[in-house]
Amino acid sequence: MKRNPFQASLRTSLIMLGFVVVGTALLALTYDKTHDLISKSEEDEKLALIEQVLPPGISDNNLIHDAIEIAPNELLGNKTPTTAYRARLKGKPVAAVLEAVAPDGYSGKITLLIAILMNGEISGVRVISHNETPGLGDYIEIGKSKWIRIFDHASLSSVPDAAWQVKKDGGKFDYVTGATVTPRAVVKAVHKALEYSEKNRALLFADKDMK
Amino acid sequence: MNETSYREIAGNGLWKQNSGVVQLLGMCPVLAVSSSIVNGFSLGIATMIVMALSNGAVSLIRNLVPGEIRIPVFILIIASLVTIIQLTMKAYLHPLYLVLGIFVPLIVTNCIVLARTEVFASKQKTLPSIFDGLMMGFGLALVLATLGAMRELFGKGTLLSGIDLVFGESAKSFVITVIPNYQGFLLAILPPGAFIGLGLLIALKNHLDSRAQSRATAAEHMLQST
Repeated sequence: MKRNPFQASLRTSLIMLGFVVVGTALLALTYDKTHDLISKSEEDEKLALIEQVLPPGISDNNLIHDAIEIAPNELLGNKTPTTAYRARLKGKPVAAVLEAVAPDGYSGKITLLIAILMNGEISGVRVISHNETPGLGDYIEIGKSKWIRIFDHASLSSVPDAAWQVKKDGGKFDYVTGATVTPRAVVKAVHKALEYSEKNRALLFADKDMK
Repeated sequence: MNETSYREIAGNGLWKQNSGVVQLLGMCPVLAVSSSIVNGFSLGIATMIVMALSNGAVSLIRNLVPGEIRIPVFILIIASLVTIIQLTMKAYLHPLYLVLGIFVPLIVTNCIVLARTEVFASKQKTLPSIFDGLMMGFGLALVLATLGAMRELFGKGTLLSGIDLVFGESAKSFVITVIPNYQGFLLAILPPGAFIGLGLLIALKNHLDSRAQSRATAAEHMLQST
């Protein structure tokens, strides 16, 4: 007996629907079971990175919970909102950790995490992500070389504007011969981030929680 | 299709029909993640788990699914399983997940997974299907680990680097530095290293096979002439 095509497709759709429901239920269950653990791991991962750029023991607050959103800003180079974290000791602001993007790396964007102390001094810079040539431009990674530490303690007052360049361009900062584009981009981005923090001290080093 | 014996399934998965060096399905992870033993083997094992479970599930429901929606249902099953593995990995093996990154969800698009559900599991009983998934996946994991070992050794002069991502900080001492003060050989780590390495592995397998075959024919000749 030939089956009515309408009935046949209805039956097939119902079977398909059954699988979709079971699949979705399984996924929802797993999501629910792992959700807390995942957000905790992600928080730990962020904190571990932040801890690298801040001097140990400088703050006593949970930075993840003192985060502010930074709207796209030309000085920070971010095209989408990023998060900045404020470190406090006994409620008093001591440092701010912000993200900056160097748009002009050798192959695309270089994302940086920069910690700036209350007195305008850099406490540390780390590369979050980049696409620079492995073995050539990737010495900006802390895992590959200590280069990124040349920014430690630099500030707008200790390094004049004209010196915020690599040595090849007449500035103060070292670089590795053969890979100048990468450090040039990083130096520029760090300089601009410092300018940003200088202009936005009220926001980054706010005394009380301004939500 | 007749029922296949377990011995045959294992032989196919691990050697004769190896997904990494014979069927050449699922090249995306093979080439991208095989930069070290730990990365390669971990993704291989994740793929193996997905394959065993998806083969098992497909085989269980093989008589319930009308032919015309077979492929969508299989893909739904595979995608659900991969998402479950991805979430579990993200929760319990977070550092490793960060390294393997996009390649974990990409297991969904690994041709070998769908190929085995379609070719094998949709026609066979559940237990042999699970076994087939295990063997095919393990075959892939072995290729990934071998290729990873080759590239890591030539590229960085170490073996098992990054094992702390799986077993925690204390496992750092497992890392074997084979060549101390090695400057590194970038080509092996970069994508060309994966292609060259895979080519060498395929050549090696073909060489072993043809040697075994010529021995077999030689033995036959001997038998006939006596």
